Amino acid sequence: MSKLGLDFEKVKRARQVARKIAGEVQEFVDRYSTVAVERTLCRLLGIDGIDESGVPLPNVLVESIRERGLLREGILFFLGNAMIETSLSPADIAARVARGELDLTRSPVQPADKIAAILAPRVEECIERIRARREKRERYLQTIGEGAKPYLYVIVATGNIHEDVIQARAAARQGADIIAVIRTTGQSLLDYVPYGATTEGFGGTFATQENFRIMREALDEVSEEIGRYIRLCNYCSGLCMPEIAAMGALEGLDVMLNDALYGILFRDINMQRTLVDQFMSRVINGFAGVIINTGEDNYLTTADAVEQAHTVLASDLINEQLALLAGLPEEQMGLGHAFEIDPGRENGFLLELAQAQMTREIFPRAPLKYMPPTKFMTGNIFRGHIQDALFNLVGIWTSQGIQLLGMPTEAIHTPFMSDRYLSIENARYIFNTLKNIGDEVEYKPGGIIQRRAREVLDNATSLLENIEREGLFAALEKGIFADVKRPRNGGKGLAGVTEKGARYYNPFIQRMLHV
Amino acid sequence: MSGGLYSTEKNDFDRTLDLKRIKPYGDTMNDGKTQLSFTLPVPAGEEAIEAAKQLMREMGFENPQVVYSKELTSGFTFFNCYGSCTRAVDFTAIRVPKVTSTRWEMRETDDFIRERIGRPIVVVGASTGTDAHTVGIDAIMNMKGFAGHHGLERYEMFETYNLGSQVPNEEFIARAIETRADALLVSQTVTQKEAHVKNLTELVEMLEAENLRDKVILACGGPRISHELAKELGYDAGFGMNTYADDVASFLAQELDRRINT
Repeated sequence: MSKLGLDFEKVKRARQVARKIAGEVQEFVDRYSTVAVERTLCRLLGIDGIDESGVPLPNVLVESIRERGLLREGILFFLGNAMIETSLSPADIAARVARGELDLTRSPVQPADKIAAILAPRVEECIERIRARREKRERYLQTIGEGAKPYLYVIVATGNIHEDVIQARAAARQGADIIAVIRTTGQSLLDYVPYGATTEGFGGTFATQENFRIMREALDEVSEEIGRYIRLCNYCSGLCMPEIAAMGALEGLDVMLNDALYGILFRDINMQRTLVDQFMSRVINGFAGVIINTGEDNYLTTADAVEQAHTVLASDLINEQLALLAGLPEEQMGLGHAFEIDPGRENGFLLELAQAQMTREIFPRAPLKYMPPTKFMTGNIFRGHIQDALFNLVGIWTSQGIQLLGMPTEAIHTPFMSDRYLSIENARYIFNTLKNIGDEVEYKPGGIIQRRAREVLDNATSLLENIEREGLFAALEKGIFADVKRPRNGGKGLAGVTEKGARYYNPFIQRMLHV
Repeated sequence: MSGGLYSTEKNDFDRTLDLKRIKPYGDTMNDGKTQLSFTLPVPAGEEAIEAAKQLMREMGFENPQVVYSKELTSGFTFFNCYGSCTRAVDFTAIRVPKVTSTRWEMRETDDFIRERIGRPIVVVGASTGTDAHTVGIDAIMNMKGFAGHHGLERYEMFETYNLGSQVPNEEFIARAIETRADALLVSQTVTQKEAHVKNLTELVEMLEAENLRDKVILACGGPRISHELAKELGYDAGFGMNTYADDVASFLAQELDRRINT
């Protein structure tokens, strides 16, 4: 039963259109691979570490086939051949390639069934390792439990992983449910993942597998101490999207930002590259039990939150369908939206409430990711704290899944320990004092809130119909989301895209999709 | 925690305003009342509160009061405090470099350019370096603008190129040459570890090396940018918080007119 009087036949229609749009993207995605996908396969087979000049071994290997024009056959074809020839493990082979002792492309070509057979135990080993990590999380959730939704999500961003640990522990003890380690500025555009523990970053900390391990271990400890499972979030976006998914799956990350559309629009990453990367990363995230967060909230930081609200819903619907194709269940879809209407607007709060309630009703099982005000945070920390309070009110009222806590010092600096405390206190106060408001209050039939929700749904549906006519790629070229236009062959990372050759082999997708 | 709102203590300070010695104002001239909050890396308790008070005295506050304290996590205590500031500054001696142009409405600026320059002013803007934030440059350049102030794209007499975010300085300069830009706008949002200063300085040095610095109007903007900082770094103007496209547009029009017509 809709509190907004939404017509669910219309919602169904919008979903069908979104499914067609996603299906067309998937037809493209299925035929292509990228350097990042191939490096991911290396990582899943246990290839890690760096060569003597600091280049990650997955890059060394994939580059060695790409520079010979053989990327299209995929790294596993060559690794399989080399494993049969040398009887070495993938990690040992990688070390030899790095030392210049082995050329993967010179091993004799083996039949596909033999390659599959020699890789199979390695694939199973990886699958088991990720499964075990997932089960560890599930055990924690069954034994020590978790906080109530909306989960309180806070960021740490010191640049130093060891300092981040101190901040994260403090935040967990204060009541945070999810700790996100913000990445250093610019990492999304690196075409490799840095290696090892890091202590220097700008506005955030490098995402590395070792940093993931350090932080997850610290959160395991603090979870046990406070008797509540604390989730760890990082950023599975940018040019290394699927590699970071693999690293996160291996190290037990719980939540990942994971949205190609965000990268296309806000990081100018090539759309072909990142949509192919996204599919592989979502398959991994789906299998690993990771909740993905999508980035629609960002549309409203450039476009107007009232005029462009329907673009957020349309994009959520497309992202939902793309996620389903990658095997992600609805329970792992942290679809994004935001509280970004100009605080000076009359009845702006009612429009925010309508949007949040509508999103909740259209995606009833998704742990929706709700972003706090950022665009109209001014440096007036006192008003900012009130804006965040209203945002929290909408969060509890409409049962959002993941509440990204706004900080009064947004737009000034990355949060101080005390900012985080004040924000958590704000949210806990409001979530407690208004706990059941959503059950108690109904909306006036035909009132401002109901009318607004219907209007947004109608506009989103027509937008989806337009996108369906043109295809998603063409629509992005026309600037359909966030007022940003991106050419199909422009942006970063296009050179790393390849059509799959006849011998291309990637068993992980099948293995992870059909569990 | 007494002695605050209901204090009956005698206030024996001079209550006349002296612009040569100004102090914070709470509810009485020259009371010096200041609120501040901070965290100390010590456990909560009487000693922590005393430490906070002593620190405030070190900062130059009289009658320091800790009105709230709370241990945020083991070994870190947060304080909300009040105190009376003992220091003063001479307001009459203050000189702050400012952008000296007059702010006009969009139509006024367009008319001025049409009349005085006779062609559109070419502007290239970007958020440069590793900075991924487009919010600043978009607020100034995009059609829509920000908070009711239309961006430069909306003006008839600006030809604009918004290159978006994470634009390397090399590429930025290449586009400036290619478009024969009259003015360059650089937005910097991320300021951790002075990243913006390094990046802004590098751009000036590169422009000088290319012999381009004097051929363009160079301006920067962002929440932590001031006109003073901009001038220090070799820019013609800096636009900080609460400045909008009309400020930038008026400045560019008047500055280009000054360069061409005087």
